[in-house]
Amino acid sequence: MELLYSSCVGLLVACGVFLILRARTFPVVLGLTMLSYAVNLFLFASGRLSMNQAAVLGYSESYADPLPQALVLTAIVIGFAMTAFVVILAIRGRADLGNDHVNGVVPDKSKTNSRQVKEQGKA
Amino acid sequence: MSQHLTSLPVLLPMLAAVLMLMPPCGKNLKIRRYVSVLMGLITTVVSVSLLAYVKVNGTQVYAIGDWSAPFGIVLVADPISTLLVSLTSFLGLVCALYSCAGDDEQGSFFHPLLHFLILGVNGAFLTGDAFNLFVFFEVLLIASYSLLMHGGDKRNTRAALQYVILNLVGSSVFLIALGILYGTLGTLNMADMATRVMELQGDDVYLAKIGGLLLLVVFALKGALLPLHLWLPNTYSTAMPVVAALFAIMTKVGVYSMMRVYTLIFGEQAGELSHMAQHWLWWLALATIVMGAIGVLASQDLRKMVANLVVVSVGTLVALVAAQTVDSSAAAIYYLVHSTLVSAALFLIADLVGKQRGKVSDRITAGRPVAQPLFLGGAFIFAAVTVIGMPPLSGFIGKVWILESTLESAHGHWFWPIYLIASLAVLVSVSKAGSTVFWHHTGKGEANTEEKAHPVQMVAVLMLVAASPLMVIFAGPVTDYAQFAAVELHNFYGLIQHVLGGK
Repeated sequence: MELLYSSCVGLLVACGVFLILRARTFPVVLGLTMLSYAVNLFLFASGRLSMNQAAVLGYSESYADPLPQALVLTAIVIGFAMTAFVVILAIRGRADLGNDHVNGVVPDKSKTNSRQVKEQGKA
Repeated sequence: MSQHLTSLPVLLPMLAAVLMLMPPCGKNLKIRRYVSVLMGLITTVVSVSLLAYVKVNGTQVYAIGDWSAPFGIVLVADPISTLLVSLTSFLGLVCALYSCAGDDEQGSFFHPLLHFLILGVNGAFLTGDAFNLFVFFEVLLIASYSLLMHGGDKRNTRAALQYVILNLVGSSVFLIALGILYGTLGTLNMADMATRVMELQGDDVYLAKIGGLLLLVVFALKGALLPLHLWLPNTYSTAMPVVAALFAIMTKVGVYSMMRVYTLIFGEQAGELSHMAQHWLWWLALATIVMGAIGVLASQDLRKMVANLVVVSVGTLVALVAAQTVDSSAAAIYYLVHSTLVSAALFLIADLVGKQRGKVSDRITAGRPVAQPLFLGGAFIFAAVTVIGMPPLSGFIGKVWILESTLESAHGHWFWPIYLIASLAVLVSVSKAGSTVFWHHTGKGEANTEEKAHPVQMVAVLMLVAASPLMVIFAGPVTDYAQFAAVELHNFYGLIQHVLGGK
């Protein structure tokens, strides 16, 4: 279970980081969401993984640590609000800047491409 | 009553913000302004009375809901945190006052957001719980995101987008660090964490080290330490100047958290992990000073220059945190108050200069003369002398104290030349900026007299600029207090005793 859990967290983090580095707002938002999922799972695991243990006293022989669950709840709520904000900001950025790149300008590589396309069009 | 005093600097701004969202304040701008300034004043008075109370009675611990530490969340009002809370409340009051001249009309909800920001910053200073620190960070961040967008244009949207994304990644890293630390230490109360770190054994030591260094990444991001400082100049120079002035305190939150974490949790008593971040902090701080100085030299407009001055001050503060002696912490506390106030003052002055010079705005080139050369020039020269660190104003005392306290430290021979050369760079570029903006005119050289600053703005600027001479006149009590706060900060067992009681 530990292996499955940790590789899941690792995969989510890897995907999140990759998407954030795409530098376009939509993939970045997806990446941030994935990263926050990974973080929530990670926080949950900080109270140790266990089976058949309630987080309430007296319902099972041994009990799970309830604090990480409370932390995860808080983190989910905050993460949700932040994601909502960044989505709206991304839409506004798209409207204000005319493209969805985080720098506000599409990098040179595609610019030369579009110029080539234009020149080809003229020719 | 006095036992609840500790919680008031957090509760009052929240009350203020909520009040201002409700009628009649929500409908009427005039009433909202009065309420905002009034609540800012009340928060400041309460914070200062908390400061006075703590100075007489020592560190106060407030267990929220009477759940005692380490099980509940506690607010810890020790000398340094109350000093910073007072500073924040005062800065909030000044910014609220300044914005009443018209900056708050450029978007909605300026005043509520301002008070939410103060709530977050005050909470981050006062809290004694690491996860609660995260929550307050998020509170201040979401308020700062919205304030940053306030009345903004294209450039502003871009800077805000980058700032928000960076900080969201930072929050994720913060949570991972907290998860690791909770997993190894089994607690999130900072004082309790400090006692548990001593008892770590085996592989847990390395895990805790990873957690601690991840926290360093987060605080370096918040505090704009190299190489995570790149967001700061853009963000601060595109935000509205009154917002940027308010943000002057936000980098200090990162520095304060470093102070807390690396002198309390991973400080001298931490066994194998003691001073683990010191080495990193030291070199990063020096590099930050160098980068900030280069940025100051290269700045094309006043606001960007001030933003880079903030970077220099962060570098200086972090170098002092890394030195980790009582004397260097005391110097850091004095310098922190001074640099926050002066950078806020400079942002506001840059705003007024920009508004009065028309098209040239605050770019450092010749242009139309300002409408109030005497007032703005006078305020600028006071602030400039302060920020450069020339006698007789507060920057000089701070600088001498900083140099004196790092003389004995291991890398002092690196710090001295870098810091002094950076000061020289600041001197050169600030004086060049001042003389260009105020003395070089184009055209007929006639000022537009309609653009005079609103009296409220002048009062706000004067309040900030006057702080520097006051910090010199009352240098005795202020330095005594800084020393007292530094002694308490390094008083490991004293704080543990306060927070955890007889344990």
